[in-house]
Amino acid sequence: MRFILRRLGFYLIAFWVSITLNFLLPRFMPGDPVSRMFARTQDRMQPEQIEALRKLLGVDDRPIWEQYVDYLHNMVTGQMGVSISRFPTPVTEVIASQVGWTLLLGGTALVIAAVVGNLLGILAAWRRGGAIDSALPPFLIFIGSFPYFWLAMGALYLFGVTLGWFPIRHAFSDTIEPSFSWEFVSDVGMHLVLPALTIVLVSVGGWMLGMRNTMIATNAEDYITMAEAKGLRPGRIMFRYAARNAMLPSVTSFGMSLGFVVGGALLTEVVFAYPGVGYQLLNAVQGLDYPLMQGLFLTITAAVLLANFLVDILYVRLDPRVRAN
Amino acid sequence: MTTSIATTASSVSGETLAGGTLPGTLAGNTAGTPDGGAGLPPGASVRRPNRSLLHGLLTNKKAMVGAAILFVFIALALLAPVLYPDNPSKITGMASQEPDAEFWLGTTAKGQDVLALTIHGARSSLLVGLTVGFASTFIGILVGLASAYFGKFIDEALSLTTNVFLLLPGLPLLVILAAFLPPGLGTVVLVLVVTGWAGSARVLRSQALSIRSKDFVAAAVVTGERPLRIMFREILPNMASIVMGTLLACIIYGIGAQAGLEFLGLGDVSTVSWGNNLYWAGNEGALLTGSWWVFIPSGLCIALVAFSLSLINYAVDEVTNPRLRKIQVRKIQVRKIKNTKPARKPSKPGKRASA
Repeated sequence: MRFILRRLGFYLIAFWVSITLNFLLPRFMPGDPVSRMFARTQDRMQPEQIEALRKLLGVDDRPIWEQYVDYLHNMVTGQMGVSISRFPTPVTEVIASQVGWTLLLGGTALVIAAVVGNLLGILAAWRRGGAIDSALPPFLIFIGSFPYFWLAMGALYLFGVTLGWFPIRHAFSDTIEPSFSWEFVSDVGMHLVLPALTIVLVSVGGWMLGMRNTMIATNAEDYITMAEAKGLRPGRIMFRYAARNAMLPSVTSFGMSLGFVVGGALLTEVVFAYPGVGYQLLNAVQGLDYPLMQGLFLTITAAVLLANFLVDILYVRLDPRVRAN
Repeated sequence: MTTSIATTASSVSGETLAGGTLPGTLAGNTAGTPDGGAGLPPGASVRRPNRSLLHGLLTNKKAMVGAAILFVFIALALLAPVLYPDNPSKITGMASQEPDAEFWLGTTAKGQDVLALTIHGARSSLLVGLTVGFASTFIGILVGLASAYFGKFIDEALSLTTNVFLLLPGLPLLVILAAFLPPGLGTVVLVLVVTGWAGSARVLRSQALSIRSKDFVAAAVVTGERPLRIMFREILPNMASIVMGTLLACIIYGIGAQAGLEFLGLGDVSTVSWGNNLYWAGNEGALLTGSWWVFIPSGLCIALVAFSLSLINYAVDEVTNPRLRKIQVRKIQVRKIKNTKPARKPSKPGKRASA
């Protein structure tokens, strides 16, 4: 319990830091965002928009701490203001309409990568120096060396443009109305293949190597030798004795990645024009939509912190050493 | 304490950032330093681990291949003004020419020489990568050593800061920072260091902590050596391999993240670098019109540099981590067990049948 409370306190501090960062950035950066925006949008801004922006960016004459208290209160109660580029839609509404696609894409890719990577890692460590162990890691490291967006664009060109196997942009075809029909679901699935596969391709190596290295350490433990001496089936030793004890770091990184799913797929979404949070963030940056930008960053941070907190709770359940402390 | 969780978490956190892997932090940091000269006088203990590391690297095939690739790119970057004295962005040929005798890698949609752009791009990409790598590692060393040496309140405060920075999502933070700061190469470096130092600080702290508890550090404290001297002359030399692994991982991160940032159009668009080359290639629709020669070279260069650094990083792991090195021993053990099995077979028929 003490452990959980300690972690909760830590996450609250982290969240407070990110809110404060959001508050300070537009106010103390060289180069004034408001004048940049005015220059860009010329007279097309309505008085309400200007008012909303002034309030958010603190271009009023109140003392800074008063603005800060106001800002903190607004953020904690979820009042993130109004989007500039999609005026007058509230920021929260814009985010809500996009977060689902990001979760779908990131979640699918993460689960596939984690399951396949861990299985490969277990096998590689078990047959140390075997075919999987000697051939796959160098190959995956080489793949992992490429810039992600470069691989994604290559895949898009090869399978989308040249071969035409998969659609090249967006999450579903414009011609189909979103509904829970088989037609729509399969269309979404087809749009998901390329983005998800490219993420899996670059991330599976990390999972595999992490698992492999912990497994090698676990395989050297005495209880593995004991299990072998007892004549247990190799499969049983491999999964129930070795892999089970080597899983712990993988659980941690799964939690971390789960949080990063919300923001981490930014490059993927940009390359495939996938209508998720990351794509929206870049659009907001390019359109100088500061309220939306800040709202998205806070949402992403909150997701990361929440996922990590959940893993901590899970950890207390999985690792008795944490409970003993 | 929460260190056990956080340490394992840190070693995997980096990979999600740049899309690449950080092999060094995954493999190496679980094992302690292999130095046996803990009780030696300072002069001897400073030299030994470094020399054996260097010797090990020089005889390691992976390290030599990696160093050779890296050397080629550094040489190209240094020789770029000699090979192509003209401004590489200058329009010299027809638009979108395929590779031929005059333009070995063809031309862009604007008519620029792709080979010149690629070779000149190495300068900015390597410069930013190396600067980011050294700066983040340096901050990591300072924070890690101070944390481990002083402990107590300072450690708590520094660890908290490190953990918060580790948790803040890297790429979105990068994008936000780049959006607020004025564009330029300095901004790119600053932003990458701000988002990149925490990982190395976390790894270096845990290693420094284990060395801090060794007897020879206690002896140095008792003899009244100054804190700075203990941190940099006693503790630091004993974690040379981890520092090296961290440095390499940070450089890889720097090069990859710079390319990503520039690809999104958030770098300094006017400089010639591999990331910007790809940004322009994407902008001019190089792939949609089938001009693969504009798109391939820069990406391949980034990959080769990152791969060569990974190779060196792996070699450092192999040289310093005995568990990853001694494959032979494990094989012999397995064979022994296999040989004993048939002997046991007749005595336990029931169990065998189930297998």
